[in-house]
Amino acid sequence: MQTGNYSINEPSMSKLFDNLAEKGKTMYAPKNRGERILFQKVEKFGEIAGDYLLTANSAKEVVFPRYEKVFSYKKTQDGILINDPTGNPFSEVVLWGSRPCDAAAFIPMTNTFEKDYIDNLYVKRRKNLLVLSFSCNTCDEFCFCTSVNGGPGNTAGSDILFTRLQTGDFLAEIITEKGKKVVEENSSLFEASTAEGKEQSLAKVEPRFNQDEIQAKLQELFENPLWAEKSRACLGCGTCAYICPVCSCFDIQDEAHGSQGTRLRCWDSCGFSLFTLHTSGHNPRPDQGTRWRQRILHKFRYMPDKSKIAGCVGCGRCSRSCPAGINILDTVTAL
Amino acid sequence: MSNPNIYIPYQMRIEKITHEAPGVKTFRLKFINEEDAATFTFKAGQFGEYSIFGVGESTFCIASSPTRKGYIECTFRQAGKVTTALASAEEGDIVGFRGPYGNIFPIDEWKGKNLLFIAGGIALPPMRCVIWNCLDLRENFKDITIVYGARSVDDLVYKHELEEWKNRPDVNLVTTVDPGGETPDWKGEIGFVPSVVEKIAPSSGNTIAIVCGPPIMIKFTFPVLEKLGFAPENIYTTLENRMKCGFGKCGRCNVGEVYVCKDGPVFSYAQLKLLPAEY
Repeated sequence: MQTGNYSINEPSMSKLFDNLAEKGKTMYAPKNRGERILFQKVEKFGEIAGDYLLTANSAKEVVFPRYEKVFSYKKTQDGILINDPTGNPFSEVVLWGSRPCDAAAFIPMTNTFEKDYIDNLYVKRRKNLLVLSFSCNTCDEFCFCTSVNGGPGNTAGSDILFTRLQTGDFLAEIITEKGKKVVEENSSLFEASTAEGKEQSLAKVEPRFNQDEIQAKLQELFENPLWAEKSRACLGCGTCAYICPVCSCFDIQDEAHGSQGTRLRCWDSCGFSLFTLHTSGHNPRPDQGTRWRQRILHKFRYMPDKSKIAGCVGCGRCSRSCPAGINILDTVTAL
Repeated sequence: MSNPNIYIPYQMRIEKITHEAPGVKTFRLKFINEEDAATFTFKAGQFGEYSIFGVGESTFCIASSPTRKGYIECTFRQAGKVTTALASAEEGDIVGFRGPYGNIFPIDEWKGKNLLFIAGGIALPPMRCVIWNCLDLRENFKDITIVYGARSVDDLVYKHELEEWKNRPDVNLVTTVDPGGETPDWKGEIGFVPSVVEKIAPSSGNTIAIVCGPPIMIKFTFPVLEKLGFAPENIYTTLENRMKCGFGKCGRCNVGEVYVCKDGPVFSYAQLKLLPAEY
């Protein structure tokens, strides 16, 4: 669904940010922390990082926090009282400055949390999230969005996609009803426009592989020396999963403080040796090779087999941040 | 579950604790909320997440039969953090239970057939659910044979029920213990489950085999059954990969592209043959 194109200039962008923030929405945007740029809570437009390719972390925390209280309990004389956080209001969040890959990642993640058993904690956060993305005008050697059905100007997952045009103004493509409402409520900031000039303003992200071909090849390659070979340097640190915008595997852990406590849904990683370890000591994935295979198969075969969408958006974060220098492209292009 | 928050467990009271074997206990659990008790249903083969509030959750099958209403039972061995906390719980204490999850044994399709149950060690509990389910509907099935083995006589679980099955004329029970695990007065077989199955050579004609046990036992029992003429689609097992959520989201229990928690835990050997050995 695309509901129109508008243009907006830089001073109006700042005003738009202020208007959204004034409405009490929690604003997340790329912001410097030390040498890195991370999605963080921001209060003023001026805090937003001026120049960035991608944030070091992904934006998934806005809908899938690092650890989330799934309920809290209190032991009393009359039994155990459970407090369900899904009954509380969830704050309205604006994700400002996501890239098309960040936004596209919400689609497979939503599939995971909404399929069969509906995870209302995720669903309520996602419902209250407004995604205002910015097209990419640069890319680096780790980017491969165009190989996984994405692109530097891809609109999937965003409510509005802004593209900085060569004129200095921004093209605003309205993708959803939520995006339309933003324009309606801030109509003085937007002018009707066409999508002209968009293509010329986008980065050229060369395709590195064909996702459909990879998916087909992976039907056969379960037993293959490649998995051990490509993961030999893996430390099992889980960085790739933590910064991946699509990875949503989790652990469930309790925290007790005296007679009360919480049960938490916490990020986990298929790269950890404990991930699949049985109590008996048996481990169906006993080494980093079988764990790396799981990571690749889950993203490039199981998820697209089941829901037509790959579990990778080609942001390249895992490769940029791997302390052992493992590049996911090295594996995928070697299949 | 009608609960909008899929992580919130039912609260259940431990009505009865049975010591089965060293470190192994059975809990009989009853719903605290009567409405939950009235609406809860499950089928043989399904499992749940049992928890101690403040410690965590652990995955076990429902070990009682759905034909026995008003309670559920679980049998577990004390091994990790959660099972240690469960093991120290007392009758009257409250535990959490989420479920039932997973698919079921297709008992309805087994009408008019012979049933061969083969279990090892602490894997009798998932099978006990099916065994009692079938015994409670005894007229629906022909011969029922149960082969059960454990490391030692002490490690056999449900000793009273083994006695009951032994004394039933409509059940053929074969028990075995690993070599060295026997006691002087042991009257059962001595040997590993796969070789005992080979020795007693049950007929595969019109028979469904249900196998539950540690991965190594399953691995060696399937070929024996095939040799006896069982077709892979007439052999069933239940897999027990590590799980957290129980509903296909936490991402760890998959065998290839199937989630044990959602697509399983019950699989036929024919289905398993199409999957990688990731269990």
